[in-house]
Amino acid sequence: MEQHLRADRPVVARRRRFKPAPYLLALPGVVWLAVFFVIPIVMTLSVSLQTGNVEQGFQFTWHFANYSDALRLYHVQFVRSIIYGVIVTGATFVLGYPMAYWIAFHGGRRKSFYLFLLLLPFFVSFVIRTVAWQFILSDNGILLGPLKDLHLLPSSFHVLATSLAVIGGLTYNFLPFMVLPLYVSLERIDPELVEAANDLYASRMRAFLRVVFPLSIPGVFAGVLLTFVPSAADYVNASILGGTSTTMIGNIIQTLYLTNNDYPLASALSFVLMAVLIAGVIIYARVLGTERVYEVAAG
Amino acid sequence: MSQDQRPLLDPALLRGLTMPRLTRRAALRGAGLAGMAAALAACGVKGTAKNAPQASQVQEFWAKQTKAGVLNFANWPAYIDTDPVNGKTTLQRFTAATGIKVNYKEVIQDNDSFLGKITPSLRAGQDTGWDLMVITNGGSIEKLVRQNFLQELDTSKLPNFNKYAAAQFKNPSYDPGNKHSIAWQSGVTAIGYNPKLTGREITSFDDLFDPKFKGRVGMFGDNVDLPNFTMVGMGIKPETSTEADWRRAADKLKQQRDSGILRKYIDNAQEIQGLESGDLWISMAYSGDIFQINAELEKAGKPGSIKFVIPEQGGMLWTDNMCIPLKAKHPLDALTYMDFVYQPDIAAQLAAFIEYITPVQDGAKQAMEQEIPSAKGDQKSTLEAAVKDPLIFPTAADLSRTHRYRVLTLDEEKVWNSIFEPIVQS
Repeated sequence: MEQHLRADRPVVARRRRFKPAPYLLALPGVVWLAVFFVIPIVMTLSVSLQTGNVEQGFQFTWHFANYSDALRLYHVQFVRSIIYGVIVTGATFVLGYPMAYWIAFHGGRRKSFYLFLLLLPFFVSFVIRTVAWQFILSDNGILLGPLKDLHLLPSSFHVLATSLAVIGGLTYNFLPFMVLPLYVSLERIDPELVEAANDLYASRMRAFLRVVFPLSIPGVFAGVLLTFVPSAADYVNASILGGTSTTMIGNIIQTLYLTNNDYPLASALSFVLMAVLIAGVIIYARVLGTERVYEVAAG
Repeated sequence: MSQDQRPLLDPALLRGLTMPRLTRRAALRGAGLAGMAAALAACGVKGTAKNAPQASQVQEFWAKQTKAGVLNFANWPAYIDTDPVNGKTTLQRFTAATGIKVNYKEVIQDNDSFLGKITPSLRAGQDTGWDLMVITNGGSIEKLVRQNFLQELDTSKLPNFNKYAAAQFKNPSYDPGNKHSIAWQSGVTAIGYNPKLTGREITSFDDLFDPKFKGRVGMFGDNVDLPNFTMVGMGIKPETSTEADWRRAADKLKQQRDSGILRKYIDNAQEIQGLESGDLWISMAYSGDIFQINAELEKAGKPGSIKFVIPEQGGMLWTDNMCIPLKAKHPLDALTYMDFVYQPDIAAQLAAFIEYITPVQDGAKQAMEQEIPSAKGDQKSTLEAAVKDPLIFPTAADLSRTHRYRVLTLDEEKVWNSIFEPIVQS
């Protein structure tokens, strides 16, 4: 029947007509990605295979040795950055989950006020906040000074210039990035689900583990992503709070680009870092299930 | 012909060998890859060096310039007088004498990172935002000169410089004929320490490696002072050092770092702050900084506790140079300032405060001596100390204990960086 009706129509109508609207809608995004993502990526890739120096210029020579040089010289800082990132992500999760849980389920009418408190530090620049920690943690500063005067700490004790200071600073700075997505996913959970679980003789612990936590997994995924990737690539905390043996890969890339003008080596390192982070994220997404990822991305 | 006789080659195989096996998809993929490779190859980065101007162009340039009344001056921390003498600092005197307002900013923490910031503008032929900057010899000023990133000077417009600059500050090897720069101050990189915290006087480079000072030692985290000074400390002449020497120096530094003796690689501001706060007990330091740290400590009620010493092994001698970046907005104002600070009384006031080696040696000394009888109180004692101060007026014997930096070619620089960068950026 339908076949018959269609056959009556002119041939042209049977072809799918070109509808420009969706393409036009996508155009700004595509242009944006092309100009600010694809082109820079291709250029970085190209520069990472070049040789030369900044004064006489760089030539493209398929110089893959840039990659092996970069890893040979800076693998320590590379591994350290990944480890810092993992620790920071773990720390923000441990600190942030109870926080988000409490605001979501016990925040009551003041929920938005608590969220505002959480975001309050964002009204101060990232760098200034970190410098403030440098001031607070200074060896004879407002925190350690009195403790040393009371002989509660040996005079040589210091927090600044250690891994602890860098990881602490990163954790402090990235905590909201973990809490907010966790809060969003926890907030969506209907408290009646927990009641239902209790009605079915689940203990509170069991209700949390079997109902609440699995439902908050999208938030966990987003939170981990938002903390791990930027914290592993951060260079501000290490340069302000760190000392020797706390340098992160971001610092190296920054110095190579801006100070030494060694663009090929810096590009090679950037590329390796990007590849490792993407690989990590993909593995992580596989473990937690990709459909959840898009769910979060959409929400 | 029997039935089972077959052709020599299986027709299927023959067809397989002769038919084009390139599918459309593979062809597209290949084209894509080739295109990608072409795109990659097209992304070569052009060199940054610019061509040198003709002498006539330079004169023409300066003839055209008019005074703007503004000067954007990029300098290092603690590198200018901040206490007024007879009511004015040297900057205030300059403004009073010329009507030029100075935007003085302490934005240079080390040469490389500052150059890293302004090089993109210079390369693009744009204004860097600065009219005057102070850049050290030993690689940095050489880089700028080599790439023609500096405005060539008309030295006939620098009468005070021509008249008062000491001979050793004129016509330096890194900028023959002072075509691009004139000296701001010279100084020595050696050791600053707090005797109260170290518990003893410091005399040797090896004191920077004493396990007793674990976590309290600071070293400059740059690519010039740190390696050169370390080589001096190890008895290697940096000027003539080889790659093997560099590696030895790197090993020594690595040991210091990995054993935790070194607290941190620092920049100029961190050196000042670290010694001031007591976070650092002993540190590589620039000669004049100590004087100013002590002045600050005195203000805070903790008088004069930091000392500066050139260790028995020697120190590094450097010269900081005033220069005008290309496309600066107010070049004539900058040139006016450059000459202004070569007036003996101005040079004297500056040197007495910042305690670096002034390029106006004799003139400044005379100006100080003339000033002493009429000076009062603190100012009098400052001047009396300054006249005898070897950090301002070094003797030939003092200078013989200092070394000059290793000047690197572009190829050497690559090796040098690959040795020392992983040390500093640990």
